[in-house]
Amino acid sequence: MYKQGKYPIVSKKALAKGVFDIEIYCPHIAKEARAGQFAQVAAEGFFLRRPISICDIDKNKGTIRLVFEVRGHGTDKLSELNKDCLIDIIAPLGNGFKVLEKGKKAICIGGGIGTPPMVGIAKEYGENATVISGFRNASAVILQEDFKAIGADTILCTDDGSAGIHGFVTDAFKAELNKEKPDIVYACGPMVMLKNITKICEENGIYCQVSLEQRMACGVGACLVCVCRTVKDGQEFNSHVCKDGPVFDSKEVLFHE
Amino acid sequence: MNRINVNFCGVEFKNPVIPASGTFGYGREYEQFYPLSKLGGISVKGTTLHRREGNPGPRVAETPSGMLNSVGLQNGGVDKFINYELPNLVTKDTRIIANIAGSTVEECAELAEKLNGTAVDMIELNISCPNVKQGGAAFGTDCNVAGAVTRAVKDVTEKPLMVKLSPNVTSITDIARSVEANGADAVSLINTLLGMRIDIKTRRPILKNNVGGLSGPAVFPVAVRMVWQVANAVKIPVMGMGGIATWEDAIEMMLAGAGAVQVGAAIFADPYAPVKIAEGMQRFCEENGIANISEIVGTVKPW
Repeated sequence: MYKQGKYPIVSKKALAKGVFDIEIYCPHIAKEARAGQFAQVAAEGFFLRRPISICDIDKNKGTIRLVFEVRGHGTDKLSELNKDCLIDIIAPLGNGFKVLEKGKKAICIGGGIGTPPMVGIAKEYGENATVISGFRNASAVILQEDFKAIGADTILCTDDGSAGIHGFVTDAFKAELNKEKPDIVYACGPMVMLKNITKICEENGIYCQVSLEQRMACGVGACLVCVCRTVKDGQEFNSHVCKDGPVFDSKEVLFHE
Repeated sequence: MNRINVNFCGVEFKNPVIPASGTFGYGREYEQFYPLSKLGGISVKGTTLHRREGNPGPRVAETPSGMLNSVGLQNGGVDKFINYELPNLVTKDTRIIANIAGSTVEECAELAEKLNGTAVDMIELNISCPNVKQGGAAFGTDCNVAGAVTRAVKDVTEKPLMVKLSPNVTSITDIARSVEANGADAVSLINTLLGMRIDIKTRRPILKNNVGGLSGPAVFPVAVRMVWQVANAVKIPVMGMGGIATWEDAIEMMLAGAGAVQVGAAIFADPYAPVKIAEGMQRFCEENGIANISEIVGTVKPW
């Protein structure tokens, strides 16, 4: 069930320049939320809510974490919210990641602000997760301690080599596949990254799920604005990121340049 | 005691608040928030004769106090509506308004004919969608064409016929008079106002369709003005919409001449908006000694 309400922020941190991490006390939402789902967040003074992926869920504490980047005036307004402020959200929304049974191995790949949802899914696999994350440079790197605390192997990449491996996550992913093939791959990030990862997974026969982003209005599947092009059984059609996704089987997404 | 039930062109609504077409799907999503029986009715997603994929994305752009959309009538077609959505909707104890949009006059008539004998309570003929190349606003911006399509549908339908008007015209009252003269039982207005946003970095329009329909509180004063003008120009009832977000807005729209109201984009900001609006209207009647909300329709006292 979708829930809408105003919930208290219990902690707020700046993870990098313009990237914020807020933990929200919302036990009813935390209880039902799954990794890969998202929240529609109201920004005061703005008409539409902002879709933000759920980074992590703590069912015992009754909290969810949202990690977001300031991209415009709306997210800038959200960044002004502090501990003890109330935040108006609708959640949990969309389909989460499919979780395989215990003992299976997963590679979780995040590009930039696509990295946060990898925390929740990597946690499902713990030591059986390898997290590959890529950022512009060292100052944009986030969430590495979270992945380590989960017990996951972490591979960090930066575009300019100022931290971790100098290169793209796709290169690191290919190198990792030479060592061991996982049972499943999860990816979230820029479309070009998702397209390349999808191709690599297809070539290697690995099941892959991607989390997509699109401009939204309702967030629940009614207004049909957050369209993405998909294919199933040879038929191409328009799906909607909010309700049919945001997580899709990578083979069902039609990536275009 | 319910003080907000209304009779709108022969159809009894338990309250005058109806989610607007295209903002509420067929109710399945919002039923997760509240029972649909709390609504006066639902104007369902615009239905075409055949399945439509709609326009490419992005289909939405935020604007000051509103939004642009260019969905382009994506829907599963009238047969899917009748066979899959309608059987579910009829169990929800709310009125069902079928919003239909044809590419041609003949298609509009065929759509209306297909809905004869179904549980649909009312037809809303969409001659005002700004996001499709055929039909849509091409019908709703010319008095003769608007009249002809209204007549074609009226000749075949057994349901009350409401025609949804476009604000993107020089004189909406002329269009309203023309559809009234051709058999419309009611009019609903306004559909969205054509607008555009441009990304100054890429110099590309935000919408892939370049232009789209503006809705939300930004359009409310325009809607009130047009409802007032149309209500004074025709004898048939007017369903008012365009930017209604609060119960005060709904009261204002009824004062301007609307016999019932539709709520659209406000639902995206607050899924509970239609329910809160109906509750606020009931309270308003109780606090002001109004036996029934219909008493206030068109009672604005213009200077």
